[in-house]
Amino acid sequence: MPRINHPWTLGIAGVALVLLLWAGVSNSGLVDRLFLPTPQAVWTAAQGQWSSGMLVRDALASIQRVFLGFALSAGLALPIGIAMGSNTVICRLLEPLMGLIRYMPAPAFIPLLIIYFGLEELPKVLLIFIGTFFFNTLMIMDAVKFVPHELIETARTLGGRQLPILTRVVAPYIAPQVLDTYRINMASAWNLVIVAELVAATEGLGKRISLAQRFLRTDEIFLGLIVIGLIGLLIDLGFRALMRRSCAWAN
Amino acid sequence: MHLQVENVSKRFGHGTAAKLVLDQISFDLHSGEFLALVGSSGSGKSTLMRLIAGLERPSTGSIRIDGQPVRGPGSDRGMVFQKYSLYPWLTAAQNVAFGMSLQGRPRLEIRERTAYFLEVVGLADAARRLPRELSGGMQQRVAIARALAAEPRVLLLDEPFGALDIQIRETMQEFLHRLWSQTGLAALLITHDLEEALLLANRVHILAPSPGRIVRSVVVDHDRSAMGQLRVSPAFLALREELASCLRSLEPASGR
Ligand SMILES: Nc1ncnc2c1ncn2[C@@H]1O[C@H](COP(=O)(O)OP(=O)(O)OP(=O)(O)O)[C@@H](O)[C@H]1O
Ligand SMILES: [Mg+2]
Repeated sequence: MPRINHPWTLGIAGVALVLLLWAGVSNSGLVDRLFLPTPQAVWTAAQGQWSSGMLVRDALASIQRVFLGFALSAGLALPIGIAMGSNTVICRLLEPLMGLIRYMPAPAFIPLLIIYFGLEELPKVLLIFIGTFFFNTLMIMDAVKFVPHELIETARTLGGRQLPILTRVVAPYIAPQVLDTYRINMASAWNLVIVAELVAATEGLGKRISLAQRFLRTDEIFLGLIVIGLIGLLIDLGFRALMRRSCAWAN
Repeated sequence: MHLQVENVSKRFGHGTAAKLVLDQISFDLHSGEFLALVGSSGSGKSTLMRLIAGLERPSTGSIRIDGQPVRGPGSDRGMVFQKYSLYPWLTAAQNVAFGMSLQGRPRLEIRERTAYFLEVVGLADAARRLPRELSGGMQQRVAIARALAAEPRVLLLDEPFGALDIQIRETMQEFLHRLWSQTGLAALLITHDLEEALLLANRVHILAPSPGRIVRSVVVDHDRSAMGQLRVSPAFLALREELASCLRSLEPASGR
């Protein structure tokens, strides 16, 4: 018997409720199956796409784009965010610029990216980069600004110079917040990869959804949405686990 | 070691908004001495400490150590802050080792000295604990061990026990006294607790507020072997009362 007070019990119950509701309504014939496919139909579609290898290929294509774009964004945001947070000159130089670009919706860059880089992988990866880099950087900058100055001054009185202070005091202090920043902005990366694939791609979960739309295959659209959601959830849980393991002191 | 503070003034802000926080402070501190500065809140005690630590520059005047002007922070002046300043992600031992590893000392030496100083502050058993698993008093002892391990020539203590409750405070005062008499270090203690100053220091300077300036200096040379008795000895209480009334007379608008 699952215990009712386990933290996951209610969450699982919520998901089960929606699934039941969906199964009930779609099987009752109240709604046209073209609009609301049954769970069984979605499951069949999943089996089909799984056995043909399409599901895995699509998922891998999307994951690879997200991974490349986000790794680039996260990797650059860390040093630049730390530099902005710890140096007023750099901050004053870059913050207004980033604050401005941050509010330009990333999908609006798609036409430019296509003109510049064509329809290959690069524009999709860059779109994810553009859509997450400025948020990542500014959030890391904020985290740096809130490092208690006693911690920095203690290091200085112990003979610490600027670079060791950044790597050995600032970086470990902000680590939990950086992981949380990445976790939050990862969601935008997933939004963007789907948007990019809707526009132009040969494979990917977003591409599959837009093809399904063309042939009115709502079961495949449902499947795509569910798979995207599940992968996102797994990544989110992964970040949480990483944070728990590497930053036990912050809990 | 000879710390010379000469005519040091500190002003914050510019023009009409300028505020004089310290006015012509002068004193000396030699190896083996324990000096305390006592003043009410806002009399510029922490500011003075930060000037000596090199975290801030005096507006006028000079601060020298063995004749060399202080140009910035350095490991020759170990500082213990008012608020807890341990690195929360490091264990007690790693905190103690932190300064030594910044100095690039050999691993083995760091390990030995860490164990030694944890022993000195009585926390050998807590070596692997994180700061949040330590009580306030233990945390400040780790902070003191960390400062000592970096081999400072003078220990700067800015209200190190200010956040502790009274019983732990007394134990910590006895601990600090033992530590100082064993190491023969030069120590500068800042506090608003007159009893603490008189118990620990050979010399006590009284700071008047707004702007902070030294208005009285006393040499304190009673027998400290039994601190509990000293706290209630008539001579001690008389000196304490005399200085307390001096401090009271310095409060602005003393009618409140
Ligand atoms: N960086 C600063 N800029 C402007 N004013 C400052 C600055 N640092 C300190 N002051 C002012 O200097 C005065 C003395 O502050 P300081 O912290 O040195 O006092 P203190 O004696 O340590 O007080 P407490 O007992 O509360 O710790 C205060 O009025 C404070 O507002
Ligand atoms: Mg203070």
